[in-house]
Amino acid sequence: MGMPSFPKAAHDAVGDTTLRANLRHATHTIRDKRARAVAELDDWAALREAGKRIKDETLRRLDTYLVRLEAAVTAAGGTVHWAADAAEANRIVAALVRATGETEVVKVKSMATQEIRLNEHLEAEGIAAYETDLAELIVQLGEDRPSHILVPAIHRNRGEIRDIFKEKMGSWGRPAPEGLSDTPAELAEAARLHLREKFLRAKVGISGANFMVAETGTLVVVESEGNGRMCLTLPETLISVVGIEKVVPTWRDLEVFLQTLPRSSTAERMNPYTSMWTGTADEDGPRAFHLVLLDNGRTDALADEVGRQALRCIRCSACLNVCPVYERAGGHAYGSVYPGPIGAILTPQLRGTSSEIDASLPYASSLCGACYEVCPVAIDIPEVLVHLRERVAEEGGSGHRLEKAAIKAASWILDRPNVLAAGERLASATRKVHPKRLPGPGARQWSDHRDLPELPAEPFRDWWRKNRS
Amino acid sequence: MTDAVSARERILARVRAAVANAPEAPAVARDYRTSHTADDPAAVLGLLHENLADYRAHVHRTAPADLAALVAERLAERGARSIAVPPGLPEAWLAATDAVRRPDEPRLTPYELDGVDAVVTGCALAIAETGTIVLDGGPGQGRRALTLVPDLHVCVVLAPEQVVASVPLALPRLDPGRPLTWISGPSATSDIELDRVEGVHGPRTLEVILVTGD
Ligand code: SF4
Repeated sequence: MGMPSFPKAAHDAVGDTTLRANLRHATHTIRDKRARAVAELDDWAALREAGKRIKDETLRRLDTYLVRLEAAVTAAGGTVHWAADAAEANRIVAALVRATGETEVVKVKSMATQEIRLNEHLEAEGIAAYETDLAELIVQLGEDRPSHILVPAIHRNRGEIRDIFKEKMGSWGRPAPEGLSDTPAELAEAARLHLREKFLRAKVGISGANFMVAETGTLVVVESEGNGRMCLTLPETLISVVGIEKVVPTWRDLEVFLQTLPRSSTAERMNPYTSMWTGTADEDGPRAFHLVLLDNGRTDALADEVGRQALRCIRCSACLNVCPVYERAGGHAYGSVYPGPIGAILTPQLRGTSSEIDASLPYASSLCGACYEVCPVAIDIPEVLVHLRERVAEEGGSGHRLEKAAIKAASWILDRPNVLAAGERLASATRKVHPKRLPGPGARQWSDHRDLPELPAEPFRDWWRKNRS
Repeated sequence: MTDAVSARERILARVRAAVANAPEAPAVARDYRTSHTADDPAAVLGLLHENLADYRAHVHRTAPADLAALVAERLAERGARSIAVPPGLPEAWLAATDAVRRPDEPRLTPYELDGVDAVVTGCALAIAETGTIVLDGGPGQGRRALTLVPDLHVCVVLAPEQVVASVPLALPRLDPGRPLTWISGPSATSDIELDRVEGVHGPRTLEVILVTGD
């Protein structure tokens, strides 16, 4: 299929002025709101540290917690399946759906099922999968790809959405109402009517999960619209596909993440709806519950002593919203369901770095450090980027193909004064939190005895403009 | 299912190999706050009120003696002619309304629920700092679909006994074995240019009645 490498895709995206305006508006709005929501909790730093440590402890003993989770889910009436890779997960899910005799499923937005391309696989098996998150619906109807973890249709404005609804809803079910305007309220109402038909008759729901509690076997889905609750509650069979890194050890651990996730993500004190279920319940919700535990490269990431911290990610998307490169290039440029800074470190670890796009991702950053600063589980994204660059450079040795891809991505950023300047300015603003040493094993010999030069309070470019022009 | 067994063993073996040489993780420090609010029931209730309203729930306060009248008024105001009634809902709460009652016993089908205007429930507890109501399917709350499909949810919170200040104080009081629904304001989306719109799939309107004093 040949995804274009980051510089090629980013080049095209930057030429699209509508896309850039949509992205800029969206990321800046969430960014400012997030800062206010976080400022409400004066123990944010302690919560962030606790979140980091809970995840590190989970990863260190992941085998124990997965086995414990399996036992708890089974005891509560659920069935646990294990999938080593995408093909295996898709096979399991398709077989489970076929066993119900159904040919339609409703889906809650889930990165894991996007990662394994479940919808495409189900379609090939004659099963229609309906996305029910409003943004996912926009993406699916528009035959498009999501461009943001949290707001997958962030690249579409209201006029484009109205056109997609008018043109496409009819071929999937209830058509858009006559004379549909482009106000968000009317567009949301059109989606409500279109999807309600599907919810009410759905027999099979498919979801992911934000957390799985090993101690109790509880799964947690955090959402806003109620489409998640519809999919988790109304069908007779529920299938949840969840990455193995989503487990947390104890019920109590949720007290940390339910405080940090909503504030980092949608900048709310709490998202409108959170659903928690443990196996099956009499007379309430699905009678059959299947949990598919997905590896698909996660154990490879776990084996990397610097890179494994990426598995702490709780997919809040705060790092996307502060990234000057993401803001200009857009999510599609990353060629993966995981865009932005987290995508730049997660994707090459999950998929390896043998393709041109994956090899170029560690260079799709200005290393300004803003992503690390906002991350609620303190993933040092710049450190992992530098580490992965070394890996790509080592692997690139013979043919230079990888090195070329990487250099192209780096020079794409260096060639774009706006991106670089934004990176520098943020870097200046955040310099208090910058490491004093270069990250990465190779750098240690050099920097162990030297401090990195401190960043100036003002980027050189700004200083020059003010003082010399 | 020999395949499934081997996938399980393969994944667990990979996990063990991946972390075999990793250092022990430092102990989890829990030196964050248990609550960010003064330990004063009136202040906690005030914060709950404020945060619920901030997320566009409609909040009312009443004494127990006036609850039935207020429930009836809220339903009438929103034009609700039929109400889903969860098992165990105190009969007295509905004493003043003339809306048609649709008890959820035997269970209403999704289509029947879709034809109901409103639902009246109690709750398991409410969290002040986040403006959240938690339902656990206990008496007077019913199964999860009841508070999801009808367009109006009237929820009764008994203060101070059902009100806690924070998320860390809420979790120990909840039973993870029950299906739990946390509700913070009505259904909402910000997917279209980040403009917030209420009511996509869940109830468009959330009316919360805080019952205080005696
Ligand atoms: S890396 Fe951190 S900031 Fe980025 S999505 Fe994951 S948890 Fe959020």
